Amino acid sequence: MSLSIALRDLLLDPTLRTVSLGSAALGVVSGGLGAFAVLRKQSLLGDAISHAALPGIALAFLLTGSKDPLVLVLGAAAAGWLGTLLVMAIVRQTRIKEDTALGLVLSVFFGVGLMLLTFLQHRPDAAQAGLDRFLFGQAATMLQRDVAIIVWLGVGAYAVALFFWKEIKLLAFDPEFGASLGIPMRAVDVVLTSVLVIAVVVGLQTVGVVLMAAMIVAPGAAARQWTDRLGVMVVLSGAFGATAGVAGAVLSATGANLPTGPMIVLCLTAIAIASLTLAPNRGLVWAWVRQRRSRRQLRVEATLLDLYAMAAQHEDPGHAHSSRALAALGRGDVPRTLEQLAARGHTRHLGADQWALTQEGRAEARRLLDEQRVGGGGDDA
Amino acid sequence: MTWIQAEIQLIAVVVAAACALPGVFLVLRRMALMSDAISHSILLGIVLAFFIVENLSSPLLIVGAALTGLLTVWLVELTHRTRLVREDAAIGLVFPALFSIGVILIARYAGSVHLDIDAVLLGELAFAPFQRVMIGGRDFGPQALWVMSAILVLNVLFITMFYKELKLTTFDAALAASLGISPALVHYGFMALVSITAVGAFDAVGSILVIALMIAPPAAAYLLTDRLSSMIGLSAAIGAGSALAGYWLAHLLDASIAGSMATMAGVAFGIAFLFSPERGVVALARRRASQRLEFAQRMLVIHLLNHEGSAEAAEENRVGHLHRHLRWSPAFAQRIVRIAERRELVRCEEAEALELTNRGRELAQLALTR
Repeated sequence: MSLSIALRDLLLDPTLRTVSLGSAALGVVSGGLGAFAVLRKQSLLGDAISHAALPGIALAFLLTGSKDPLVLVLGAAAAGWLGTLLVMAIVRQTRIKEDTALGLVLSVFFGVGLMLLTFLQHRPDAAQAGLDRFLFGQAATMLQRDVAIIVWLGVGAYAVALFFWKEIKLLAFDPEFGASLGIPMRAVDVVLTSVLVIAVVVGLQTVGVVLMAAMIVAPGAAARQWTDRLGVMVVLSGAFGATAGVAGAVLSATGANLPTGPMIVLCLTAIAIASLTLAPNRGLVWAWVRQRRSRRQLRVEATLLDLYAMAAQHEDPGHAHSSRALAALGRGDVPRTLEQLAARGHTRHLGADQWALTQEGRAEARRLLDEQRVGGGGDDA
Repeated sequence: MTWIQAEIQLIAVVVAAACALPGVFLVLRRMALMSDAISHSILLGIVLAFFIVENLSSPLLIVGAALTGLLTVWLVELTHRTRLVREDAAIGLVFPALFSIGVILIARYAGSVHLDIDAVLLGELAFAPFQRVMIGGRDFGPQALWVMSAILVLNVLFITMFYKELKLTTFDAALAASLGISPALVHYGFMALVSITAVGAFDAVGSILVIALMIAPPAAAYLLTDRLSSMIGLSAAIGAGSALAGYWLAHLLDASIAGSMATMAGVAFGIAFLFSPERGVVALARRRASQRLEFAQRMLVIHLLNHEGSAEAAEENRVGHLHRHLRWSPAFAQRIVRIAERRELVRCEEAEALELTNRGRELAQLALTR
């Protein structure tokens, strides 16, 4: 199926429409709420929660015998929440650092979940909770009910986040200040973590345990590059998540055997790479351009001062020198720098590779020397 | 116990010990989550190497996967060095992308690749003894045992040969650099070791539970000792113990061996977390409680000394008055007085009047002068 057919089906085919809608909703929920995790240096908490949710799914099934997605998601949320509290407790009570606590909870909870699920599979009633579905996600089998669960849990999580907006903002940027205002920051931490747990578990059935990490981290990390405002960042992060969700769903519908979850993650990765390179001010391309520009500026100023110093040794302050004499001082591409100086009206080309400072050039050189003196450079005075 | 069961347990123990050794340094260097990233992204390396050699038991697979592990480390550092994202976010960006490419490649060429992602992620230790090393028609035991033993030996050799370098770069990178030890070189060498171990172990326990075996035993050992050498030994022992206990738990429940091993490693950590004699939660709580009692005794004797012989002594130095003056609950005041009496710090005369003994007076003066 080609891309254009897939795009047409996006409007006409109810299955693809449901899957795209669900992926978009998921992107909004996990992307937007994940922004907080990225800001709080808890990017991998999402990864830990998603792995820690597995025993909750198994236990929910074991206790209720139901495969209703809502029941399983609630079980996942309970286990993910417990796992996060354990991470906090380990970090607070012992000298173990956060990375070890995260890795420990992530892998041990996952192991317990795996043990329980294989235990279930070998039981005579043999109704499996669908391990694969949670490991890799199965977006293609998403039903309207699944989409409704994502939307309603997402709306609830966003409502909580909005209600505690000010407190969460303090928690993310200045928890000490928040505590000094009398806000119970630890309670806010638990609230925000619970919101994050919801953001993670709604995605488990769609993109799976392993790839949920990217759903939380990538949109937030990408959005961070474009803005310094928290509100804008959350909205942008959600929009990136939604875009990648739809794009991944459509792309996976174009070809045989392109699983949706990994396609969504690759779209997110592309968005993140684009943001890291292209975002104004912070992006790598901009940094590179800025660096080039400042390097050129330094070279131009150095050459101007060289010319000024050389001319100062003659009676005539406008005495001309060849670019070769300047190049002997080792300032890189001197002829081009001289052209740039000429373009600014600081030098004049007197023909046959002879360059002299203009009136403006001398004034500029004096200004630079003054600046250096004021700037505290002692040796050039 | 059958022969196969014994072989499975032997493999489990070797895998657990081999994982615990580099795990110690992962935990100490605060790079525990690199094992998460590496163990996931080696899937891509396994798939790519499989396309080339088309054989799941080729040593080239290990090389390819280990290279992907190093690629992951390098990409994470590259992303982090832009200073646009923090290291944890960099990890979260890199490994899902590499993992996704791996999953897509497997799904797309599912016809030609007989690679089961479940097996890569979860492993199946129970099947490990069925792949055997046969040379000239003779059976030399399970292949996994050979591979993991080789990796265990490699880990032991690496850690003993570069013990000083690892220790220095872990605890004082600046000193290490000033002594001419390149932290970058040690870092990449060590990461190569982690990658190789993860690749070797994924076959047996799957890539996610490799993380459990790498992190849980060293984390438990970290709560039990302050010496690096004993932490290494303890980690390996805890790992091996969890492997054996996990095997029998799996046997009991008829469940995944790898999952049970990870569970038991978690239980081992839980025991250390709660009951470590120095750093356990219980020990901490008890120490805090006894410090509170000790402090209260001193408060009591100082209070008594303060009013001793003064006019209001009869009023102040009474059991009934303590809770008002020292803001103790009456029950707590009673308890402290009882303990102080037993230690012969105070005497309780008629009408609840308290009087210091010589010992009590000494303690109060000592507490005041210190």
